Amino acid sequence: MTDKAMTSQNISLSSLGAWLRAPVPTSPFHARMQQLWLQWWRLRSNLSALFGLAVIVVILAAALLAPLLATHDIFEQDLAMRLLPPSAEHWLGTDELGRDVYSRLIYGARITLYIALLTTVIVAPIGLLVGTTAGYLGGWVDTVLMRIVDIFLAFPNLILALAFVAALGPGIENAIIAISLASWPPIARLARAETLTIRKSDYIAAVRLQGASKLRIIFGHVVPMCIPSVVVRVTLNMAAIILTAAGLGFLGLGAQPPSPEWGTMLSSGREFVMTSWWIAAIPGSAILLTSLAFNLFGDGLRDVLDPRHG
Amino acid sequence: MAEITTSVPRDNAGTDLRPNPVFLVARIIGKTLLPVLVTLFGLAALTFFIGRMLPIDPVVAILGDNATQEAYDNMARALGMDKPLWYQFGIYLKGILSLDFGQALTTGKPVIEDIARVFPATIELATLSIIIGTGLGIPAGVLAAMYRNSWIDHVIRFTGLIGYSAPNFWLGLMGLVIFYATLGWIGGPGRIDFIYEFDIKPITGFYLVDTAITGKWDVFRNAFGHIILPASILGFGALAYISRMTRSFMMEQLSQEYIITARVKGLSWARTVWVHAFRNVAVQVVTVVALSYAFLLEGAVLTETVFAWPGFGRYLTNALLVGDMNAVVGCSLLVGIIFVTLNLFCDVLYRVVDPRTR
Repeated sequence: MTDKAMTSQNISLSSLGAWLRAPVPTSPFHARMQQLWLQWWRLRSNLSALFGLAVIVVILAAALLAPLLATHDIFEQDLAMRLLPPSAEHWLGTDELGRDVYSRLIYGARITLYIALLTTVIVAPIGLLVGTTAGYLGGWVDTVLMRIVDIFLAFPNLILALAFVAALGPGIENAIIAISLASWPPIARLARAETLTIRKSDYIAAVRLQGASKLRIIFGHVVPMCIPSVVVRVTLNMAAIILTAAGLGFLGLGAQPPSPEWGTMLSSGREFVMTSWWIAAIPGSAILLTSLAFNLFGDGLRDVLDPRHG
Repeated sequence: MAEITTSVPRDNAGTDLRPNPVFLVARIIGKTLLPVLVTLFGLAALTFFIGRMLPIDPVVAILGDNATQEAYDNMARALGMDKPLWYQFGIYLKGILSLDFGQALTTGKPVIEDIARVFPATIELATLSIIIGTGLGIPAGVLAAMYRNSWIDHVIRFTGLIGYSAPNFWLGLMGLVIFYATLGWIGGPGRIDFIYEFDIKPITGFYLVDTAITGKWDVFRNAFGHIILPASILGFGALAYISRMTRSFMMEQLSQEYIITARVKGLSWARTVWVHAFRNVAVQVVTVVALSYAFLLEGAVLTETVFAWPGFGRYLTNALLVGDMNAVVGCSLLVGIIFVTLNLFCDVLYRVVDPRTR
């Protein structure tokens, strides 16, 4: 192979494969890419995880391309067209105000993913930080932080989120804050458990002997080792977050009408569900499918990233 | 077996090998109780904080917007709002200890009375759910572990995943559409048909028990028709959790060597699994069941709203919607206390029954 062929512009697919399968990695980057490649191969053999991933990709695409995919305006009411069953004009029927259910469903994906992703972005770093600090420093820091975690864990997720939303007032931003406040403790506990095993390992002792500060050890050497299990946990958590968000919406404490959030759609269609099943069946199926996809994908990720807990 | 161990006496085979069980339980409780007390104190602090974060002024909530400045000041003093925050927290703690959560704005009665009134409905629902969830969940989990990777395992795991992923309020709505509106097999929302409402003498507060005691079987059947769907849906969630945990506990046991020994001895596979392996996971399964009972309280909030079930969950929801913070705080605190108590129960049970954790 000439040097020219190895330049990044005209690297061919087969040589990329060879590079990924090379028996000995030539650089840290190379090794990391090979690891990723191996994990992808393992994930590929897990059909249910692939199904989960596919569904997540479809929902993500629907959310991103919502303006292109939607066939009707999601807020435009047409009382003459209310409660129509699925048809060629309205693929999934219309709701109690004559709005197109299909278009609202597509836009609703945006809100659901927005809540799930934003909550995760808030929760994962907090959980990691608290857990690794408590686990690595030990002593009274550990005792105090874990007591706080215990207090939060003493409430079921939804009850705590409900109490926070009641205090903060309904709305989508407050729902995100409330769900975040309720869902960081399990991650902190997980990160702490991981840290307790990591801190005893030889490489940490080696780093410590080289004079690295505690901060440096925690962020440079403990946190990266905790990331795989936290990623798995966070993926599985997304399913729970989606259910909690939908529950808040259903109770009228999350996203407010006329928002096309799926839980809110279910709640506003509730009175008509006995005669027009699609109003409730469709957003509910969407919640179920999304949550199921994250559960399946999370289980698959666990087998790949975190085989110990499989 | 017993003869062998007693025939070889050892020096230390005295009292310290078999400690007094009463003393043991007391020591375990003492060891776990202190953290629990700290947690309970934290629960109180957290709920106090949530109550005070409320953007609504509690004085205005009681007096209304048109109150004079003088009346406002008097009320604020009566509520202790003019005192420093730590003093208010002290009053709050004292109230909790005497089970006084204040008055509910919606009913005008003390919160604790309201909770006592609505709680039996929830307990009845949760108990039937846990019976359904346990009765089906444990066998399902064991079967899935027994026939690992067979179609039975796949069906059970997939059913469990659906139970994990489905929003239970949606299952409730769809169940009502199918079984009540379309097929007419069951009763609609509520605990009982209106015409039977006054046929029930409240003895225990549980309709199924009350009607069975007094022998009113027609009323019993009506109440059962109302409870079966919400209980099944809540039980489905519990089933998902219980079967999944049971499966993973059993798989761990089935990979042990004593299983092979039992098989070599010529025991059937079914006997090995159900008698030898299951006995070793029984305690773990009991703790899982206790925890899922606590989680049913969470599920009840949404399910009761769908089924107009006059229980704790619907009371909490109504309080939330009108911003009745006394009721919200009282309910959340109560759930927290139940959670902590059940956890403590599991912890103690574990240590008493399983010598390895001592």
